[in-house]
Amino acid sequence: MPTKETTVAEMVDEIESGMTIGLGGWGSRRKPMAFVRELLRRDLKNLTLVSYGGPDVGLLVNAGKVAKVICGFVTLDSVALDPLWRKARQDGAVELMEVDEGLLYLGLQAASWRVPFLPARAGLGSAVLSNTPELTTIENPYSSGPFAQPEDTDATLVAMPALLLDVAVIHTNLADTAGNAMILSPDPFFDELFLGAATRRFVTAEKIVDAGTLSSHGPIERATIHRLLTDRVAPARRGAHFTANAPDYERDEAFQRHYVASTKTPEDWAAFQARFLEGSETDYLTAVDAWESEQ
Amino acid sequence: MSTFTRADYCTVACADTFALSGEVMVSPFGSIPALGARLAKSTSSPDLVLTDGEAALVHGVNPLNARSSDLMREAYVPYKSIFSVVWSGRRHVMMMASQVDRFGNQNISAIGDHDHPKAQLVGVRGAPGNSVNHATSYWIPVHNNRAFVDHVDVICGVGNDSAAQAGAGATRFHDLRRVVTNLGVFDFSGPDGTMAVVSIHPGVSPDEVASATGFVLAGLEGDVAVTRDPTEQETALMAELDPKNFREKEVPSS
Repeated sequence: MPTKETTVAEMVDEIESGMTIGLGGWGSRRKPMAFVRELLRRDLKNLTLVSYGGPDVGLLVNAGKVAKVICGFVTLDSVALDPLWRKARQDGAVELMEVDEGLLYLGLQAASWRVPFLPARAGLGSAVLSNTPELTTIENPYSSGPFAQPEDTDATLVAMPALLLDVAVIHTNLADTAGNAMILSPDPFFDELFLGAATRRFVTAEKIVDAGTLSSHGPIERATIHRLLTDRVAPARRGAHFTANAPDYERDEAFQRHYVASTKTPEDWAAFQARFLEGSETDYLTAVDAWESEQ
Repeated sequence: MSTFTRADYCTVACADTFALSGEVMVSPFGSIPALGARLAKSTSSPDLVLTDGEAALVHGVNPLNARSSDLMREAYVPYKSIFSVVWSGRRHVMMMASQVDRFGNQNISAIGDHDHPKAQLVGVRGAPGNSVNHATSYWIPVHNNRAFVDHVDVICGVGNDSAAQAGAGATRFHDLRRVVTNLGVFDFSGPDGTMAVVSIHPGVSPDEVASATGFVLAGLEGDVAVTRDPTEQETALMAELDPKNFREKEVPSS
């Protein structure tokens, strides 16, 4: 078996300005935040992000590292809209290719299957098409013959293009050194497809275990990320903080509220950055512990 | 004199929107639609399917303030399988909207220019796909001229005119049902599939509805139907399923 274990820092060493990065999770759930924080520490720019967006998108866009985002929303779940994302959008600071949640799924699926597009009704008649003129439609090729459906003979459908990623990163509860990983929280979301769509495929996990031993830590059907999908794994304790990563931890609602409140004024944001985002990952976790003991 | 609150009327109007839907997933956004769905499931439509908001179908009918740990779950439905439900059409969604126009186009993406919005909203989410694949209704807790506009800034949920323009692929399963607001209940039975009044809530005048709507609504002239009272059973169910009166917070009486 290969040995794929590395560190988050070494993963991020591979990232270059201009790359397209897919980030797993959904909203403020199981986001690869340790990886995002490491990106924040680096001198990178003009990234394209593909995400079911949460604070990953808000933080990276706010830090000026992002030229373009492909998403259907940027939410904190218990707070409707990430405040840094709102600010960046209202400042006109970032390009947005806004797609239906389901189209994002199809774009990643198409890339995973190495087909140029997949068809959908989603997007027809909406601004998803008019706001992204490069996104186009296809006539139903089955207008006659044995596979023709009378109601769809004249149907035009959205042709969702494959969303090819340079890098994908997901965060899981457990990974083994060979690159298998286990998601114990309720929803695997589209993490498997992010990995499938990417050239370089990274998994961070709360804990790394010996190759082949995942089944002793949970039901094998939760080991939905297998090593054919991965290149590197790295340990990241509280690597999704402050987003949810059950059963290791729920969303840190108090800290998320503090994050939101800290974006209200430039002074408050400078203080938040100085306290939490300017040191190492160890410094971050220590600062979070200290903040929590003050509450 | 009625003893029911405006929020109660909104709730039964939502319940009526979901009535007779059969065995479909109901996805209500907002406390009042969530309570209305529970009323429908407890009365007219026992086969309705509700989720726990995470990755499971919930068994039975639970209060709005039920703790996640108290829910009985009957099946596993992660997001990937939700899209199979959406695209198969076995769903009725009641979404909220920052803007709705007379053809039922809905905006939850951005106010102003999409490239440089005056106000960024949550995003298109699943609205484009929902609205061309299954029954779609809207819940607008504050009915005013900012919500009901001549043209929405960003079409997320697809209205009747936009679906027709996009052709057969969009219209085949496009199914706009109702708009419930704090003032009344509306559908799209007006000329060319435009919005029309179904009923207005007790205590609301047609003039009030007309002046709070940024386009001409069909059906406001002459006799306008009044939203029905909750039944005794529904009144008891509302007390049982919304003991903290979340509905009153969403549509205050005063």
